[in-house]
Amino acid sequence: MKKIGIYICHCGVNIASTVDVKKVASYAKNLPNVVVSTDYVYMCSEPGQELIKKDIREKGLDMVVVASCSPTMHEPTFRTAVQEAGLNPYCFEMANIREQCSWVHEDREKATEKAIGLIKSAVARVSLSEPLEEKEVPVAQTALVIGGGIAGIQASLDIANAGFKVYLVEKEPSIGGRMAQLDKTFPTLDCSACILTPKMVEAARNKNIELLTYSEVTDVSGYVGNFKVKVKKKPRYIDVEKCTGCGNCASACRLKGRIPDEFNLGLSKRAVPYILFPQAVPLIYTIDPNHCLYIQKGKCGDKLLCKEACTADAINFDQKEEFLELDVGTIIVATGIDPFDAALKPEYGYGKYPEVINGLEFERLSSASGPTGGEIMVNNKKPKKIVFISCVGSRDKQVGNEYCSRVCCMYTAKHAHLVKEKIPDAQVIVCYTDVRAFGKGFEEFYDRVKNEGVIYRRGSVGEVYKKAGQLIVRSEDTLTGEVYEEETDLVVLAVGLVQRNEGVGLAGLLRIPLGPDKFFLEAHPKLRPVDTSMKGIYLAGCAQGPKDIPDSVAQAKGAASSALVLLETGRVKLEPFCAVIDKDRCGGCRICEGVCSYSALKYDPEQKVMTVNEALCEGCGVCSSACPSGAIKMNHFTDKQIQAQIGGLV
Amino acid sequence: MDLQQLAHKYDLYGCVQCGKCTGSCPVSLKSDLQIRRLVYDAIKGGDNFVSERKGIWECTTCGNCELRCPKSTKPVDFISELRSFVIEKGKVPATLRAALESVLKHKNPWNKPAVKRTDWAKGINIKRFDNNDKSSLLLYIGCTPSYDPRCQKIPVALVKIFNNLNIDFGILGNEECCCGNEMKKMGEFGLFEYLAEDNISMFKKYDIKKIVTISPHCYNTFKNDYHGFGPEFEVKHYTEYLSEHAEAGRLRLNKSDPRRVVVYHDPCYLGKRNKIFDAPRKLLSNIKGIELKEFDRAKERSVCCEGGGGKMWLESTPGVERLGEQRVREAVEIGADTIVTSCPFCLINLEDAVKTTNNEEKIKVMDVAEIVAELV
Repeated sequence: MKKIGIYICHCGVNIASTVDVKKVASYAKNLPNVVVSTDYVYMCSEPGQELIKKDIREKGLDMVVVASCSPTMHEPTFRTAVQEAGLNPYCFEMANIREQCSWVHEDREKATEKAIGLIKSAVARVSLSEPLEEKEVPVAQTALVIGGGIAGIQASLDIANAGFKVYLVEKEPSIGGRMAQLDKTFPTLDCSACILTPKMVEAARNKNIELLTYSEVTDVSGYVGNFKVKVKKKPRYIDVEKCTGCGNCASACRLKGRIPDEFNLGLSKRAVPYILFPQAVPLIYTIDPNHCLYIQKGKCGDKLLCKEACTADAINFDQKEEFLELDVGTIIVATGIDPFDAALKPEYGYGKYPEVINGLEFERLSSASGPTGGEIMVNNKKPKKIVFISCVGSRDKQVGNEYCSRVCCMYTAKHAHLVKEKIPDAQVIVCYTDVRAFGKGFEEFYDRVKNEGVIYRRGSVGEVYKKAGQLIVRSEDTLTGEVYEEETDLVVLAVGLVQRNEGVGLAGLLRIPLGPDKFFLEAHPKLRPVDTSMKGIYLAGCAQGPKDIPDSVAQAKGAASSALVLLETGRVKLEPFCAVIDKDRCGGCRICEGVCSYSALKYDPEQKVMTVNEALCEGCGVCSSACPSGAIKMNHFTDKQIQAQIGGLV
Repeated sequence: MDLQQLAHKYDLYGCVQCGKCTGSCPVSLKSDLQIRRLVYDAIKGGDNFVSERKGIWECTTCGNCELRCPKSTKPVDFISELRSFVIEKGKVPATLRAALESVLKHKNPWNKPAVKRTDWAKGINIKRFDNNDKSSLLLYIGCTPSYDPRCQKIPVALVKIFNNLNIDFGILGNEECCCGNEMKKMGEFGLFEYLAEDNISMFKKYDIKKIVTISPHCYNTFKNDYHGFGPEFEVKHYTEYLSEHAEAGRLRLNKSDPRRVVVYHDPCYLGKRNKIFDAPRKLLSNIKGIELKEFDRAKERSVCCEGGGGKMWLESTPGVERLGEQRVREAVEIGADTIVTSCPFCLINLEDAVKTTNNEEKIKVMDVAEIVAELV
């Protein structure tokens, strides 16, 4: 004889104001096997939970139903509570009479009727529940960090310093990411490279961090604690053990000064062998296969100038791609962003006029290690007038980026300041829609910049065009209502931050979702900002959404902390919802194997039946419905349970 | 007028008053039209909203504001509806009223009799649906190419090209009636519905499957506003249609003599509003002896000729430079001897501007069809 206890929550007035909880409780008392049916104002509270525990202990309840909010809110709360009283947590069921009932209906009578239906359904289901045990799996004591920008570096350092091995995979030849491309950082005007490079060096020196630069993740399989990752190491055609970073190869290269330099966004040219920037880590040259004459055409003049010039004999055109297979316990995604392509807004003339540049290009111009040695130059002259345009590619439904990119108002203020510093007589105008100076020191910085003589004119620029060779900005000043056309020497577009092209593919590999803004989606926007829907995979930095350096670092530390919980405890519990195969019914047809997205089903050739890897199985149920013999049952979601659930409702 | 309803209908509540619309509006520097302010007043609501602002008739419906608005508001359609309230009160500018009444009486806005609609085709042998000829392709001439003496050369040119390509087509003849695009933009929604219904029944009566139009305005309304056609129905602009023939290698053109340096002006209703930029350029750039130049503001950035939205029938303000004049001056500066376009309104406005800027010796205006017809 089963003994079921039912607890109806008022949730203050959230449920009770729409559903007649007392009526529901008294109705439920008459359901089969129900020995307790009561209501209480806040079931999730300490006294509420105690009610349940007391009844389990004193009345010997076998099963418990709580009719309250959504399981995503409090299923773990109540499962823990019943477990503490000695009941198996999978003999507990929740009926959602809040999000699915009181919060979406207004008619009290009908809502109460529906709540009763939901409880009948839950009771029918729980009557067929069986006690289940969570499985514990070990966690491999290694972490993988994808992306070697400031977030990836910080996360790697935290995990490494806690004593665990970290693989830091970076697709570029050097770590450093976007921060290496910046000149000064707001609001303190710290030199970006100066504060970044010590961390880069620390990461390289740390015995627990293995840097896998110029490498990419090509496959991920497995589950939390046991991820199997394939990494492709791209060939540099330079022996990493021998290269001293002297640069002779680049100086000697036949195509020196001919290849657009990607780090400088095409504003300067480099040779085929290159390093990204002078403080690159590792300081090893890479031969660009897309432009190397020898690699592309099999021939470079009459001799290989780079090989000849290399005193360390490090050049090796026989190098091939190398594939590594890593076993890691946890993964952190820190892949960063790309700047918005302003050519998608043709009204600004980006890509058409050399005098129209984007924010990142400005950073390179302003940087001492950039193409102009830190001078702001346009057509080889210092500009006398500069117009900055905010919100390019952000807050914009036309290009599908509705979000605000968070950093542009501040980086534009910083740029305006830098112009005033380098060209004191220049006229600097910022055409803005709003100024978002929300962070620590931001408003003060904005104030300072305006006091330096930068003029803020409200109004999003309509178009940038040329009249008789002169660049013109056409805009409405919304504060005066006046439409103006101003001549200018340089226009800097404050482009927003967007997900990288590779992001979509990576999301597929990791099986984590992207949000509507195309950034990786966090598990809960408020309370779980570094988790993803995949246990064991965390997010850090701009990969999760646009943010500045301090926020990226903070989030990286958060992700590292979550990863460390797994690594330190060394074990993780998995929910017992998986497929169970009845070997007597299984005919070995292997149809289920083909439909499993998680490769959890394997054929046993000796027994001639299918077997389930319970750790890989995600309990989706597709195999169960595909099986022609009805040999597969889903734990906690059996056909009988589902049918009973439906029966309770109709 | 329920302002709230209006604001909802045209998605105005999303507006953040960034001013991109007014900044992009080609007439905002020289007229009372301040679209951002108009939207703000509509959002604010209240009893003081005056729809009879002078500026609302200045709008050419070019679409810059709507195409660039980051919050996807619909300011052009909003202005059309404001116009409809003013029309209902009977306060429309006199010349516009005349054009609207002409459409009702004569089926065209030029106050010319319907029986003279095919005068341009005198002496030319063309299939006519109103004479019981049959064809599945309709060449829809449109009011301006039918009646305006300058624009009449365009259908003549097109017929020559179609015959050279052995295309089977027909025209509606004197039964052809205004497409209604400008009437809708002017806010005369009732008149537009009436025209659309009549036109659709006529097309169905003659079992027409495909329409090729001369004017991008007619193209726009048939493609986007006319409903009730089946899935097999197709509308194309003649540049699209001819470009397909050119790609298939069927259009053989002689070398152009004399050599021309042409600059192509994108009409708003063909280019930015309906995204047809390449077809006319492909036709021109494949002609030997023609050097194709581009305006600084071309394609999506093209500057309106000021012909749309009823402006063809609105008196311009004396002493204020017209947009067409600006465009002509720029063409001369670029070194072009010919401005080529593919819209009868653009043709008229630009040619007028050539005269008023005293550039008749330096530059001509031609339609794409005229150039191609010269060389088949």
